Amino acid sequence: MAEGRVVGIDLGTTNSLVAYMEGDKPVVIPGVDGSNLVPSVVALDPMPTGGGRPTVTVGNSARKALIERPERVIYSVKRLMGRGLSEVQSELKWFPFKLANDVEEGEVPRIQLGELRFTPPEISAYILRQLKRNAERFFGSPVTRAVITVPAYFNDAQRQATKDAGRMAGLEVLRLVNEPTAAALAYGLDRAKEGTIAVYDLGGGTFDISILKLREGIFEVQSTNGDTHLGGDDIDNLLLAIALDEIHSEHGVDLRAHPGAVQALRKAAIDAKIHLSSQPVAHFDIELPNGDRYQREIPRDVFEGLIEPVLGRTIGPCRQAMLDAGVTPEQIDEVVLVGGSTRIPAVRALVDDIFRLGARGKKAHTELNPDEVVALGAAVQADILAGASKTTEEMLLLDVTPLSLGIEQLGGTVARIIERNSTIPASATEHFTTGVDGQTNVAIHVLQGERELAADCRSLARFDLKGIPPMSAGLPRIKVRFLIDADGILHVTAREQRSGKAAQIEVKPTYGLTDEQVESMILDSFDHAEEDFTKRLLIESRNEADTILAAVEHAPKDAAWKQLSDEERATIAAAREHLARVRLANDLRAIREAIAALDQATRHFAELMMEAAVASAIRGKTMDAASEELSNEVTAPHPMAPAEFK
Amino acid sequence: MLKVVDPAVPVACWSCSIAHNESTLFCPHCSKIQPPPGADFFSVFGLAPQLNVDLASLEKQFYFLSRKLHPDRFACSAENEKEWSLAGTALLNDAYRTLKDPITRTEYLLKLHGAEIGEQHSGRNRREGEMGASRVPADLLEEVFDLNMQLEEIRMAHKMGEVEDPALKQDLIHAREKFENLRQVVDRDLRAQWHAWDNGDEPARHAAQNAMVALLDRRRYLSNLVRDVNETLEGKNGAGVFTQRGR
Repeated sequence: MAEGRVVGIDLGTTNSLVAYMEGDKPVVIPGVDGSNLVPSVVALDPMPTGGGRPTVTVGNSARKALIERPERVIYSVKRLMGRGLSEVQSELKWFPFKLANDVEEGEVPRIQLGELRFTPPEISAYILRQLKRNAERFFGSPVTRAVITVPAYFNDAQRQATKDAGRMAGLEVLRLVNEPTAAALAYGLDRAKEGTIAVYDLGGGTFDISILKLREGIFEVQSTNGDTHLGGDDIDNLLLAIALDEIHSEHGVDLRAHPGAVQALRKAAIDAKIHLSSQPVAHFDIELPNGDRYQREIPRDVFEGLIEPVLGRTIGPCRQAMLDAGVTPEQIDEVVLVGGSTRIPAVRALVDDIFRLGARGKKAHTELNPDEVVALGAAVQADILAGASKTTEEMLLLDVTPLSLGIEQLGGTVARIIERNSTIPASATEHFTTGVDGQTNVAIHVLQGERELAADCRSLARFDLKGIPPMSAGLPRIKVRFLIDADGILHVTAREQRSGKAAQIEVKPTYGLTDEQVESMILDSFDHAEEDFTKRLLIESRNEADTILAAVEHAPKDAAWKQLSDEERATIAAAREHLARVRLANDLRAIREAIAALDQATRHFAELMMEAAVASAIRGKTMDAASEELSNEVTAPHPMAPAEFK
Repeated sequence: MLKVVDPAVPVACWSCSIAHNESTLFCPHCSKIQPPPGADFFSVFGLAPQLNVDLASLEKQFYFLSRKLHPDRFACSAENEKEWSLAGTALLNDAYRTLKDPITRTEYLLKLHGAEIGEQHSGRNRREGEMGASRVPADLLEEVFDLNMQLEEIRMAHKMGEVEDPALKQDLIHAREKFENLRQVVDRDLRAQWHAWDNGDEPARHAAQNAMVALLDRRRYLSNLVRDVNETLEGKNGAGVFTQRGR
């Protein structure tokens, strides 16, 4: 096990995180700016003046570009992973980015960002690479292996797309873990509890409900259900739609013609949504392109009425999951809430109702930060896989496949061969034969879903079994084995029984990339940066140093500077000079230490600035006047949060 | 592509070269994982093929074997060990799933002994509105005929957008209850046959086997009836609450 650490990664719709096991507790690894959350936003910088490839930025710096040049930015790409052209087109209605205009049905969709085009896995790969680099900077050594989480309800194509993204980012994905199960792991770690747990995970773009049995360190999933088209984004879009319509009717401005303004309005909608989690009223106060002001009050009860249909869509999956697990709400011992959207009071009330918590004197668990809990669980799973520590050596995850697997039959019906909620790995064997004399190929169409007709299920892939020895029709006996692995991904093998010959299988994934395509998209082949790892780390550290030095230079101009003591200012000055000197040398360690020292010295100043910035953001364009205060509960973990230390 | 290992199991351990019993998951000498045996589901759990099974002890054994066999334990191991772990765990999970449930356990055991069990897969022979593919049990001819009429009436009402006749709906609910009770009787009879099979001599087993095949047929038919009533009452055709096949 000398190959370095295995990290746990939550590749979220709205935010992504990387974590690892520090001793007996999982811990999130912060980014360069000290933030634990990396917004899942990717932006293309402007074309360099000397020509060449524009740089790709990820995270907080990318989201700044969202308002200035939205046509070069993409967010919530998770909603596009593993999907076909027509589905993507309906999702894109709400987003400012466009499809490349030469994409055909049957191909993986490509998004046009500025001059370049990217498939969804490539975008995700940029996010993963950023997380990888954050981890490498933190450890001071390469990180090449990871556990990545996916929604439990993700189908085969969506899972494969996630693995492809990992590979493109230079990561060996040891395991895909379902998000609710990861959350259960994070909670189960210090509990040594036994019982039946329900995990209600409402994220930015997906909803999952999983029912697990926890016994003697074994986390056995009983059932899972969900909706991969449902999340906080839908709530944001509801508010956005109303605002856009009102602005049009009241002010005669169609903001949709101004993509940057739409993004600013979306930011305001998100701020309002978050505000309403702790306050009874939120406000819009936006300056429009024609100089008018759009002002609107949103009381919490109006907001709750508005989002009720969205939240209501979580009820059916919860009931089905309990039915499949053979449990009643009363038999659920604990409920765990995951995902930023579960901070909304209406969601908590709904969960309480579905699982009859209040009536039984129970409350849903929120002790672990709902934005971080999945990453923490991924880190625990990474630790289990690495066989690294005593803490996790008795723990084991037994997960299930969320969708039934079937084969299309003559007449267009589906024969189910592996039922949903079967513990994985799972397998099934089917026998096929030929219909025509001398036939050497058999085609199998595999689908996922619960419906009777193939047309109503989700096409997974077409498998062409080739090289069958020619015989009379009906004579060959082809044994086909379907195996769903521990990641929830399907593998197919076939053998003709009479000749004993293994059939070659050609796979045509319905919604995925071929191996060759993935190979050609591996990121570092585009990178103009050095191959030498330490060299790269040195360059990055120098960049980090420059960023901090520039910020500290501007510090005296800020009002908060005056609030520091003379001693504090002297310490800062000294640390700054030290870093400026050390930065020029080739000593990586010295630079890192100097950065840490300056960071430490400016900590108090940063806090003072943040308080001031938050206060003025409230007073400013997006929220109403003086008396409002953000409560402690609201931690602003979303991509449009008031900016941190600049 | 992942290769499945055929049931031609080596008798000498690949790692320590000491010979061992064919159907073992781990080498008894050096504990290294072995290529999974082409074993029947019972022997995976070290059980003789019996119909009565202690579920608590089955679960314990399942957890015990999972801990040792699961791919998570081999994430950093050599490729061959990873493959065997994957295939072995799939076998373990398939076995547990089949043996845990009384009906699949019975079907599996009967199939092992060469019996022909009716269609396993949902959707295979079933066409919309049809009362399952098998023959109607003789004692239910009249009820099934009546039921067909009632279901058709309700479906027509739904199609026309009319309100359901409440008396008709009540009739259907009663009919469903009756079929569910009949199914419980079948389950009891089945358990009696288990006893006969587990403890009887050759002729007794043969008789029990035939009886169980017939009982399973009947049970499947009754389950299809219950499902059809549920689906019609919901007003949806397969798009509402999902059921597990034939239960």
